[in-house]
Order: sequence, then structure tokens, then C-alpha cells
Amino acid sequence: MAGAWEVVIGLETHAQLSTASKIFSGAATAFGAAPNTQAAAVDIALPGVLPVLNRGAVERAIRFGLAVGATINRRSVFARKNYFYPDLPKGYQISQYEIPVVAGGFVPIVSPTRGSIRIALTRAHLEEDAGKSLHEDFHGMTGIDLNRAGTPLLEIVSEPDMRSSDEAVAYAKQLHALVQWVGICDGNMQEGSFRCDANVSVRRAGEPLGTRCEIKNLNSFRFMQEAIEFEVRRQIALIEDGGRVVQETRLYDPDRHETRSMRSKEDAQDYRYFPDPDLPPLVIAEDWIARVKSAMPELPEALKHRLMQDHGLTEYDATLLTANRALVDYYGQAVKALQAGDAQSNKLVANWVLGEFSAALHKAELGVAHAPASAAQLAGLLKRIADGTISGKAAKDVFDAMWSGEHGGDADAIIAAKGLTQISDSGAIGKIVDDVLAANPAIVAEVKAGREKAFNALVGKVMAASRGKANPAQVNAILKSKLQ
Amino acid sequence: MSDVVTGTLAQVAAALRAKQLSSVELTRALLARVEAAQGALNAFVTVDAEGALAQARAADAALAEGDAPPLAGVPIAHKDVIMTAGLKTTCGSRMLANFTAPYDAFVVAGLRKAGTVLIGKTNMDEFAMGSSNETSYFGPVRNPWNTEYVPGGSSGGSAAAVSARLVPGATGTDTGGSIRQPAALTGICGLKPTYGVCSRYGLVAFASSLDTPGMFARTAEDCGLMLNAMAGHDARDSTSLDRDREDYMRELSGSLKGLRIGLPAEYFGSGIDSEVAAAIDAALAEFRKLGATTVDIALPNVNLSLPVYYVIAPAEASSNLSRFDGVRYGHRAEKYTDLLDMYKKSRAEGFGAEVKRRILVGTYVLSHGYYDAYYLKAQQVRRLIAGDFQRAYEKCDVIMGPTAPSTAFKIGAKADDPVQMYLNDIFTIASNLTGAPAMSIPCGFDRRGLPIGVQVQGNYFSEAKLLNVAHQYQMVTDWHQRAPKEVA
Repeated sequence: MAGAWEVVIGLETHAQLSTASKIFSGAATAFGAAPNTQAAAVDIALPGVLPVLNRGAVERAIRFGLAVGATINRRSVFARKNYFYPDLPKGYQISQYEIPVVAGGFVPIVSPTRGSIRIALTRAHLEEDAGKSLHEDFHGMTGIDLNRAGTPLLEIVSEPDMRSSDEAVAYAKQLHALVQWVGICDGNMQEGSFRCDANVSVRRAGEPLGTRCEIKNLNSFRFMQEAIEFEVRRQIALIEDGGRVVQETRLYDPDRHETRSMRSKEDAQDYRYFPDPDLPPLVIAEDWIARVKSAMPELPEALKHRLMQDHGLTEYDATLLTANRALVDYYGQAVKALQAGDAQSNKLVANWVLGEFSAALHKAELGVAHAPASAAQLAGLLKRIADGTISGKAAKDVFDAMWSGEHGGDADAIIAAKGLTQISDSGAIGKIVDDVLAANPAIVAEVKAGREKAFNALVGKVMAASRGKANPAQVNAILKSKLQ
Repeated sequence: MSDVVTGTLAQVAAALRAKQLSSVELTRALLARVEAAQGALNAFVTVDAEGALAQARAADAALAEGDAPPLAGVPIAHKDVIMTAGLKTTCGSRMLANFTAPYDAFVVAGLRKAGTVLIGKTNMDEFAMGSSNETSYFGPVRNPWNTEYVPGGSSGGSAAAVSARLVPGATGTDTGGSIRQPAALTGICGLKPTYGVCSRYGLVAFASSLDTPGMFARTAEDCGLMLNAMAGHDARDSTSLDRDREDYMRELSGSLKGLRIGLPAEYFGSGIDSEVAAAIDAALAEFRKLGATTVDIALPNVNLSLPVYYVIAPAEASSNLSRFDGVRYGHRAEKYTDLLDMYKKSRAEGFGAEVKRRILVGTYVLSHGYYDAYYLKAQQVRRLIAGDFQRAYEKCDVIMGPTAPSTAFKIGAKADDPVQMYLNDIFTIASNLTGAPAMSIPCGFDRRGLPIGVQVQGNYFSEAKLLNVAHQYQMVTDWHQRAPKEVA
């Protein structure tokens, strides 16, 4: 009966903005400093000090809004969210509540079941992060590290538009790529720069929305997928057993692969939001938006369509390439260096960038920026594939050598040194074919008796005799003509 | 020398410049007066004799060099809600009884730069919440004119210190009348500038949208000298206004001929002590003699000021005071069972009754389901009140009336009746809600010898005009020259 259930998911994402200083103080935001060394008077809430808004954080919010086609509210308001906790020094968090800086917008994703769809955004608002409570380091006590207090965050809230864990992960990945694409967040999930909470509910198709649970602590895409899938199973089982889903906040435990209750709605605090009197409304002038707009990089959707139309790439390749700005930049540099520009050459570049190159990066756990082979070097290799100098198989050897830095990564030098130049001389190939035919009369007889497999065996023998350097297409053609 | 010692700020500044006495001599003499009066008045929480003398020596050196700043060597005091580097800032509370700030407030830095010598920190209602200075953890301040009476609040210590000639000037903060009401009750001048003219950086926040640093002195001229040193843009306060510097004393000597004084019916109704009313009438007659005319105006919503204030101020306070949780600084209970218990006990022990009352009220009005009916509504009425004033200023230049409905009351008389206590600020609160400047000027005494103040309100940025009006009045009256009997 599981097919009758519909899953409804919305995500709330906290993206840490890549400003050098905090949202309301001049303290640094760098990760990993000794506790409380990056906490200014404002961050520790010394009496008498006041918040001053960091323009860089606002600028990044504008960039995000433009990237998702949202409305940039010309006037937004910072509010105080009041609650007591030791790592919240002021006793309130400054956040945007009623009027956020960014309203609406959407993120395009490719759903495995529904194809290309848009996930609508409700809003994105600026807020400050809290500090950290260190429960393990001090026996019987809790340590407080306020380095993170006041770190600028953009909380991005989606509509409940996702219908599966796959779609949720696709959205999260797309958003993750996008915030890095427009340079507002470093996307480092281990360091907490990009954190997601999922609101999950289930309903029978056509029914109104079910009661949702919010799952926190989803600090990897894998955990997100596991947590949502567990939660969906839990809710369906609960309802099918005659139970009722209770609105609550649940925590994902990656060791036990389960979510568990953290607090119920009844425990929900009254945050007593009100506009922060220390901060005038945030007014964003048209010319500021225009300036940010003019400095925006081409967005992934636009670039994807350009790659399909002008470069002749498939939607699949274009989608994969534009998931990562550094990767597509690398692709673009390689295309430029190859100096071809036709669809076939572009496809060759895309295949290598998405194939060998990406695999090598993944294996070495490197980012594109730290790839040992430059786009120009890769283009040097692809040129030799395109002009038939080397075979596809030899090209992989050349790439490996290039990756290891041999011969300064120069494809031609590697090919020469390894003697990998493909034999395309029909006279030379013809001589090898003659030798192979003479040495294998039994196989020749089988071919003549009509056994296809035997022909392939002959091709293999010829390739082996050429030590892999013979042009396979030519080997095929010459063998065929000589056997007729 | 004794006359010089108790001179006005302008007088002592001139005497120092003329080398009639040194700053060290003056500072020693005033420290002696402070010490002698402390038992009777309890005006100070902290006296920094050593620091003051060091500053006085430095001032004397600068004066000898001849390149001294305008207020070089002039001793002053700061209200204990204003941060002073290295000196305790208690806010009159057990919560911060032992708190020393690592930095100077903007207005403190400005007055230091102007050359003043900091004698000490003045007593106040706890966290500036009160109208009688009875809520201080360090005990009530007494009125120098009669020590059985309150000096007003919350800046009662600063007011008493200036009134008793312990210092020629002192800072205060005014959230609902906390400068003007005690100025009236102690017979001195008190100015609350336009919100944003003096940075709030370094003020322990009570109600952020209302808190305004200002000053006490005996003359309008002295207030101008201090304001010149305290005003200015401060990038560390987002509500500080970025305006051209101005000389607030530039209009002092201007004639009041043609000045239109607005008289709102709402300020002259019932509930005003008859002696206060008579003194205000006499002051108005004086202003007419100076060439001013009076015009009746209406402020139809101003009667709502008090309830609006007692929604907004506690709401902001309830949030502002959350940081006093015993975690990082301030009072922490000695014994507690867990985090929640630590919070509860620390705050229960650290805060006094009036502060707790306002935190409770503020928490209530911001609560889910009540916000619209209270906080939001109060903010709407606040705008209506501001609109009333803007319409009034089409017909007049300044608005006058009593600063407080009565003269000082006896210590303890209203301590158990918060509403009666709150009514003391009925005329002062509106200008905090609008953010416009206002001033109290001494204008008489009641039959018990207790001072009366007239309030002069003006439109935004009219400080120079208010000081002009007050100065011209002081040129033809001597209320400000009358000193209380020596208490020591």
C-alpha cells in the first residue's frame, strides 16, 4: 500500500555567508580558532555595546536573491528572537522575522521521477549564529565558545515542494552548488557552513497536508537521504498502525540510522519576536541591487542552456557540468585551449571533464582548483585523440601520466616518451595483418566458416602485435578486405 | 576660593584657564564636598579620588602648556549606567554591583577629550527604572533641598550632585524623563537631546528606542558646553545620526522676541499641583516680557503617552536585560541545581522588585497572542503622538508646561504605588516617544522650599533653540542661582 502514500518535504537551510567579519561585529569568522578568541564585545553581549550591520552580509543576500529570481525587499526588518541559552549571550538572536530581505524565488532541479521541476522558495533571511556549547570537554561543566556567535547566516526556506528523499537531496545539492556558484558560502558541510533541516510529512494522495516533523542535524546529503527515508517509513507505519504523527523536532542519529524526538510542539518556546530597536530597518537602494547584479556570474541555468544550444552538449552533460562552477569553468578553458569549438570536440571535452578528470579528482579528494592537470594540458591530450595520433585507450595512460606530473604534463612529450603514437599507416597495418593471417590459419578457417567471434579474435591478435598502437578502425577495415 | 569651587561649569572652566586655581585644587575641594555630602545624599556609588587627581594633574599640565581643551580640568560625574573604562558601572543593581567596563561610552570619551576630570559615578534607580531613586541597590538618593524628600529619578544621583554643588555638571540618561524630572525636583537644568544626537554606545540599555544620554548643569550655557562635547556621529551605534557638527551655544544670546510658545491644554489640566501651576504661569509671564507670545495648541493623543510608554519600555527592557543571566558576568547565584535553576536564582537575586515588575510586563506584552494588542498598538499610537507634535510645531516654536505635576515627594511616599510613581513622568514621556529634545529649567519653589521646573520642548534638532530660550530666561531670573543649604 506504500504507493498510495505521498511524501511532502520542505527544507530549511542555513548557509554561512563568506564574509571576513561577523554580521554585527568586527570579529573574524575564520573556522577553527582557539575558543573565544574571535569574540568581540558585541559577540559576548557586553552591556552597552550595539550591533552594526555588516554590508557584506547584505550584499551576499542580494546576490542569492538575484540568483534564485526572488524579490529583494527594499525594506526589511531585523527582529529579536528571545530565549535563554548559555551560548546565546544576549538572550536573543537577531534574525529577520516578519519582513525578510529575500522573498520568493525558486531552485530548478532534476527529479528522478518528475524530470525538470522548480522548487519554490518561501524566503531567505539574514540572521546571526549562536555560539557553541562544549559538553564533553569539561567534567561536570559545559564550556562556551563564542567564536561562532554572530557569524552571518542566510536561512533559506523552501516551500514543501519535494515529494521524495531523492528530490530533497537533489534540491539540497543544487542549492549547495548555487551558493558556492555565486560566491556567498564556502559550502563546507563538515565545518557547518551549509546545514539543512527537513520538514517531512506524509499523506494519502489527494488529502490535505499531514502533520510534519522537523528533522535536524542533517550535515551530509547521505544523512539527509537516510533520515528522510527513515522518517517517512516511521510516519507511514505509525499512521497505518492507527497512530497519529505528533508535530515535533527530531534529531537524526547517523550511527543508529534513525530519527528520535528532541522536543514536541508543546515544549515550543514563545520567542517574543519584536523589531530590534538597535537596528533601523534595512533599506536597499535600487542602485545597490544594480551594482550587485552587474557583478553576478552567469547563472547555472542560463549557462546550461547556452552549453546545450551553442556547444551542442546534451542536457545530461550540461546539467552535470553546471552543478559545479569550477568544473564548468575548467570545461570552458579546455574548450578554448582546444581551439576547435565544434559539437564533436565539445562533447569530447565534456566526456573527459565529467569522466576521467572528475573521477581522478574524486579519487584524490581534490577540488578543481587543486587539480594537477590544467585545462590547457588536458586540451593538449584531447587534441591528439581528435587528430587520431593516439587511441582512446592510450589517451588514458597519457592522462594518468599527466596527472602524475610527468614531462610537465605535456601530452605530446608523454606520447613521444611512451611511444604511444597510433599506427594509421595502412601499409604498416596491412603488413601486420598479413603476418597474423599467416600465423593463424585455423582462426581464418573459422572466420570463413561464418563465425563472427573468430573475426574479433583476429582483430585482437593484430592489436596485440601492434602493441595496441594500430588504429582499430583501420585494422577492422583491412582485415575485412583481406579476408574476402 | 570657595565661591569658585561651587561655580558653574563655565565659571570654573574660566577660572582654571585664568589660573585662579588649579584643577588639582578644585578637584580636591570637590572631592571633599562629595565625601562630606555622601552620608546625607548618597549621590555617588563610586568615587575615584585617585583617578580624578591624576586626571586633574594632567589637565593642569595641559593648561600650563596653553593648549588645553575647552573643559580642561573641570570635574564632572557620570551616571552609573554609562560605561567608564576601569571604573565600576553598577546600574544601581546588585546584578552589576561588581562590574567594571573595559571601555568608555561615546559620551564619556567625548567629555574626556574635552578635558573633564571624572570624579565618580552617580547613584541611580536600578537599571534607570524609577522616578524617585528609591530602587537603587545602593540605597535611595536624597534631595539636597530636603533630605527627607526624593531627588526624582532615575538619574537622581547626578541631579543631587549638581544641585548640591558637588560637581558643576553630570551626565544622565533620559528614557521617560529620567533627566528632566530629577532636574525639576532638584532645581537645576536638565537637557534630553534629540534621539541619535548623542550615541548610545556604552549606555547599558534599558529601552533602546527611548534611551537618550544627556546632562545636568545649573545653567543653559553649561548644558551647551557639555552637549558640544557629547554630541556627534558614532559608527558603533546604528541609531546615531550622521549630521554636521554644530555649536549648540551659537544661539544663546539671541532675543526671544517673536518666539511662539505653544501651550497644550493637555499639560495644564487637573492633577497638577497648584503651586507648580502658579510657578509655570509666572515663568510664562516672564517669557512674554522677553518678547515671546503664547499660543494654545492641542496634542490630542498625548494623554496616551504613559500607557504607550509602559508597553514599549518594559518590552524592550525585558529583552535588553536578558543578557544578565549569570553566565558571563554579573551576579550568579552561589547554589543552584541546574541551568534553569541558575538562571532563576541569579536573576531573582540580582534584580530588584521594580526591574522584575518591568521584565514581567514586557515579557507579557511581547507574548504570542498579545503582541498585536499591546506592542504593535503602542507603536501605532506612538506615531500618532509624534504626528500631534508635528502639527503643533506648525503653530509654535517651542512647547512649555510643567516638567512634573508636583514637587518632590517624601521618600517612601509612593514606593508601594507604581501607578502614582509612573504618573510623575506624565509630561516628560512624550518627547522620548517622539525622539525630540526637551529641557527642564528651574522656575520657582513651593512653600516648602522644594524646586519647580518648567519644561521646554522643541522639534527635532532644536537643542540650540532650547538652550537659547533657557539662557534668556536665566538672564532675567535667579532660580538657578539659589543653592540648597549645605547638607554636610
